Amino acid sequence: MRPSIMLFLLFGAACLLFAATFVDSGLRTAGAADLLAQRARLVAELGLTDLGLFTEARYTRHLSQADLHSAFQDHPMSLEHFPSGSLLLPPQGVKR
Amino acid sequence: MQIELQDVRKAFNQGRPNEFWAIQGVSLMLEPNRVTCLKGASGSGKTTLLSIIGCLSRPTSGRVLLDGSMLSGLPERFLTDIRRHTFGFIFQRFNLIQGVSVLANVMLPAYPLGLAHAELKARAKRLLEQFQLGGKAANPVEWLSGGEAQRVAICRALINDPQVLIADEPTANLDSKLSQELMGLIGELRETGKTILITSHDALVFDSPVVDRVVEMRDGRLSGEEG
Amino acid sequence: MSGLLQRQFYLVDFTLASLLRRKGKNLGLLLVYSLIVFLLASVMLFTHSLRSEAGIVLQESPEIIVQRMVAGRHALIPGEYLEKMGRLRGVSKRQGRLWGYFYDPALKSNYTIMAPPDRGLSNSEVIIGNGIARLRGVGIGDYVTIRSYDGDGISFQVKEVMAAESELLSNDLFLISEQAFRIIFGIPDGMYTDLVLSVRNPREVRKITEKMTLKLPDVRPILREEVLRTYDSVFAWRQGIVFVLLAGAVLAFVIFALDKASGLSAEEKREIGILKAMGWETGDVLRMKFWEGAVISLAAFLIGYLGAYVHVFYGSASLFEPVLKGWAVLYPDFQPVPFVDPLQVATLFFFTVFPYIVATIVPIWRAAITDPDAVMR
Repeated sequence: MRPSIMLFLLFGAACLLFAATFVDSGLRTAGAADLLAQRARLVAELGLTDLGLFTEARYTRHLSQADLHSAFQDHPMSLEHFPSGSLLLPPQGVKR
Repeated sequence: MQIELQDVRKAFNQGRPNEFWAIQGVSLMLEPNRVTCLKGASGSGKTTLLSIIGCLSRPTSGRVLLDGSMLSGLPERFLTDIRRHTFGFIFQRFNLIQGVSVLANVMLPAYPLGLAHAELKARAKRLLEQFQLGGKAANPVEWLSGGEAQRVAICRALINDPQVLIADEPTANLDSKLSQELMGLIGELRETGKTILITSHDALVFDSPVVDRVVEMRDGRLSGEEG
Repeated sequence: MSGLLQRQFYLVDFTLASLLRRKGKNLGLLLVYSLIVFLLASVMLFTHSLRSEAGIVLQESPEIIVQRMVAGRHALIPGEYLEKMGRLRGVSKRQGRLWGYFYDPALKSNYTIMAPPDRGLSNSEVIIGNGIARLRGVGIGDYVTIRSYDGDGISFQVKEVMAAESELLSNDLFLISEQAFRIIFGIPDGMYTDLVLSVRNPREVRKITEKMTLKLPDVRPILREEVLRTYDSVFAWRQGIVFVLLAGAVLAFVIFALDKASGLSAEEKREIGILKAMGWETGDVLRMKFWEGAVISLAAFLIGYLGAYVHVFYGSASLFEPVLKGWAVLYPDFQPVPFVDPLQVATLFFFTVFPYIVATIVPIWRAAITDPDAVMR
């Protein structure tokens, strides 16, 4: 088979898969509505304020609740020493 | 297909200190359906003249006429189109594209024309068979011997069925036997109605009975003719 | 097939042959490029999914949280503050909250301990998050011991394990009764970690907050909109590790482009000359080069993006786990919900394909427009 035709078919297949990801995304997000509602109920019940992604330290675990000094912990000059702290900025409110 | 040159001059690096006039006033009439040989030492300007005739470059001054109509002033688009259908080139070093098969090399000049694939492929195959290369169509060009590469270059030059074949030092990389074979092929091509222009400083070429006319060049000018 | 279309197929034929000529180099290039796209796309999809999810789920967060600050630090807040803040119209509910952290030295992990008001727990019962259950290997009926502030070990029996589907929120939670909380942490009656106010009308939140801070000057209010905004800027493109990643990718690309643009090899120039001598116009040469750039960059984009999609939404972004986990021991086991922002994907596509094609065409521009007689020499 001519190489350009073969390439065209390959790309065609890949593009179909690409389109399929959008379909998959749409279907699964619609299907996740229940799950998200369930999680929202938990948030409401327990009064949660943060995702539990970073359990290393106080100020990474409850990002939105961290006060001005938590990042500095023991000493104002103490540099960032938790890896996930490098991924996160202090919450907006604290800068006030 | 009559080609005429009127007082053609060509300079390189014009306006700069190393300005060099390769061609200094050449007027020439090339007869159709004849084999003409441009004879001259290297540096005589014969390769430059060849490229001007074949529309690969433009003269600094002077005119090139094809069947009476002027070529040298045309914009690139038209020039390329004319070049495609009128001239076929065979280079000194064959200049086949490496890494590409023999068949693809032959088809290459016709790619931009967008012809039906099967038809173009068949045409190329026919040409290869004509020159006893049918079995090598799928081979990469690196596998070819000198003589075979020369014949592939000829096939490539013929794919668009041009009227004029231009060959620059075609025997430079061939031994005597292959050179003789080549001259024979050129004679055959003339019989099919083509006009052929060769440059060479190889006696085997310009003394060959196949050549109808020898034009001698020296220092960018024509110096003599032997019919 | 029309002439124009047929012509493109021929050009692609040539382009493919040209690329295959240096198979190793081009394959390596494609691999590296796909990898870069894969990383960028993975980060993009993952952060967008988390941001979207947080935006939805945290909508149910308390409207106003009241924290007391002492010497710049978050301190316990007395229950009297609930009255001290006065009659605030629009506040439908106000109560104190008890929550804190517990560091388990044996397993080097942090738990978030909470005392929710209406779970009906006895003083020796606990509801644990799935992460803790997994880490300690405990289930319903098993016992978990916590060391209290004065050194005593206090045992709790697991009454319930929280659902695995909510791990993103609850994997490290440890829910006990209020009394048990006070015993463990030595917090006297009447003191709370913070206060929570429920406000029905979101437009009144700011005004209520202003009024309250007048009465309670030593508190710091945290509004729900701030909570949401926090997660909106997490992993934003201009921050932290994402920025480093981006900068790295851009740098790699610039190096590559410079290398390409610094000049054509003699062989490439000659080849273009041959093509032009064969009857290819400048436009044909440029179009052929365009296809060369397009083939590689399109392939890299498709491979990278498809790989990223599968990695994030079917593989739980497992490659990021070590980065996100850091020194933590507890990490939630969850599958991100496949929220995709088409605009982001389009931007990624544009920045993947366009610069590469330009970097492929520009260097040969000059060679493509010159007369082909240079070939004869």
